[in-house]
Amino acid sequence: MQRFEFLGRFARNRGALVGACLILLVALMAAFASVFFPTDPLRIVGLPELWPGEDPEFPLGTDSLGRDILSMIVHGARATLLIGLFASAVATIIGVGVGAIAGYFGGWVDEIAMRAAELFQTIPNLIFVLTIVVILGSTLTNIVIAIGIVSWTPIARMTRAEFLSLRDREFVQACRSMGMSDFRIIVSEILPNALPPVIVLSSLVVAGAILFESAVSFLGLGDPNVASWGRLVGDGRQLIRSSWYICAIPGIAIMITVLCLNLVGDGLNDALNPKLRDR
Amino acid sequence: MAGELASPTPALRGSARRTAALRLLRRRLIQAVPLMLGVVIINFCLIQMAPGSFLELMTAENQVSDPATVALLRKTYGLDDPVWMQLLKYIWALLHFDFGFSYRQNMPVIQAIWIHLPATILLMVSSIALAISIGVAAGVVASMKVRTFWDSLVSIAAMFFYAAPSFWLGIMMIVLFSVKLGWLPVGGMMKIGGNGGVLDILHHLILPTLALGLFYAAIYTRVMRSSMLEVAQLDFVRTARAKGLSRNKVTIHHVLRNALLPVVTILGVQMGTVLAGSVVIESVFSWPGVGSLLFDSVSSRNYPVVLGIMVLGSLVVIAANIAVDLIYMWLDPRIEIR
Repeated sequence: MQRFEFLGRFARNRGALVGACLILLVALMAAFASVFFPTDPLRIVGLPELWPGEDPEFPLGTDSLGRDILSMIVHGARATLLIGLFASAVATIIGVGVGAIAGYFGGWVDEIAMRAAELFQTIPNLIFVLTIVVILGSTLTNIVIAIGIVSWTPIARMTRAEFLSLRDREFVQACRSMGMSDFRIIVSEILPNALPPVIVLSSLVVAGAILFESAVSFLGLGDPNVASWGRLVGDGRQLIRSSWYICAIPGIAIMITVLCLNLVGDGLNDALNPKLRDR
Repeated sequence: MAGELASPTPALRGSARRTAALRLLRRRLIQAVPLMLGVVIINFCLIQMAPGSFLELMTAENQVSDPATVALLRKTYGLDDPVWMQLLKYIWALLHFDFGFSYRQNMPVIQAIWIHLPATILLMVSSIALAISIGVAAGVVASMKVRTFWDSLVSIAAMFFYAAPSFWLGIMMIVLFSVKLGWLPVGGMMKIGGNGGVLDILHHLILPTLALGLFYAAIYTRVMRSSMLEVAQLDFVRTARAKGLSRNKVTIHHVLRNALLPVVTILGVQMGTVLAGSVVIESVFSWPGVGSLLFDSVSSRNYPVVLGIMVLGSLVVIAANIAVDLIYMWLDPRIEIR
């Protein structure tokens, strides 16, 4: 019953609903990329620099080499979304772990964890990612982990705050008096109650991670085997005088995806805290 | 000014505030030491994790074969010592601003970064100034006309700029304002052969500032709007209205000042991301700052410069955060030193 109420509140928020539908569309596009465009998106298929609409066979035009931009966008969706999801997962795992331990135990553990969070907020995030990538190599795994490492602090703070407010509740005290171990109390008692706002925040971290990855790829420092949207923008950069659409289209794709993720995140937030709406 | 805040404790004034500010400054400087140490240790760990030796890293770009140089580096960083000793020597070297030597620029790393720093700080300051002025103004307008056309317009614009990648926005602005309209330069900091006049630099500064600043303007707009709405419900605002002050006067003198505090907090938290964002923007606009240096060093695997920028970038963030704390104190005299 409660769940339906939650969904109802979410669905009444028109922006969030539109966002969720569009995200679903992008996700489907990513999942079935090779069904729509079975051939390699990086294959040359037509004349170079065809503007969108110039040739009905390539509705979004072709790039400087004559590759189909629509096909590259559809295939790039997979790379972009997966990197965003995995980076957010890394950030959530680190953030929830650190935040839970800090909030539950308090004292010097908390102090150390919060100083660490401050440290990671001090190092300029993109500079840190670039440093990791250049020293350890620009593979997909390194980029995902690096983005996760610079994005966990807000999740840790949120988790910690939730744990602080929950750790002295009666049900937790009851568990303690029953002799339940700290680990079990954290994982099976407090965490499920603390998770909803944290999950909302991780959906926003996905949006941030996508922007991050696109910046790294745009600079030409992404994994050379992955054609994410950011790299397409970077590839089109040399041609802005003659064919600026090559840059514009993947950028619009990034913007719409990030915008929709933000709308969904905001909608979830409002549905979780109906009293805070219109703030 | 201070009296306008409905403060439970009397606000500090004059010399008392100055000593309080100095105490805050000292406390923050002491807190900065472990932070910097953390940054250096992370740096050191990255060096240790790298494939290849420290020596190779430090000289990767120009295969240094001169035995005297190699011997000097071995000695400086104590490469034959145990790891903890190496860390101590690394910290010792950094304390003396010895970040290594950049063969590409043919000068010490610290000097190479120092030359590029003013351009980056100029870009950061102008972007933050733009973001705050737009954010505060738009947030105030939206909150005063809440749930009207203007409110929606501001919210939609904020959503748009919050989602647009800054580098893409920059390129699109180059297409419109430089290529199509020819109003503004495509990149660089001054005209080729120019002497760096203020107007010339400002002319080149407009587009990078917009590209970097609009994202933060969007954040500040949202924060400012909700913060204004929140403060407007507080008791002292009702008191001011009951005194017979006009709505505009109450908004500007009472609500605005208090609503600014969350914006200042966020500004402090985001200082690092502003600096990082300027890396990408500098690359788009060939702005000759630390970001361009970083990009060049990353591409040429010039590790000493990359690591030096990470340490000095963190230092800039810490300094900016201390400045933000002092501003916060000036804005809200109730704040005692934590």
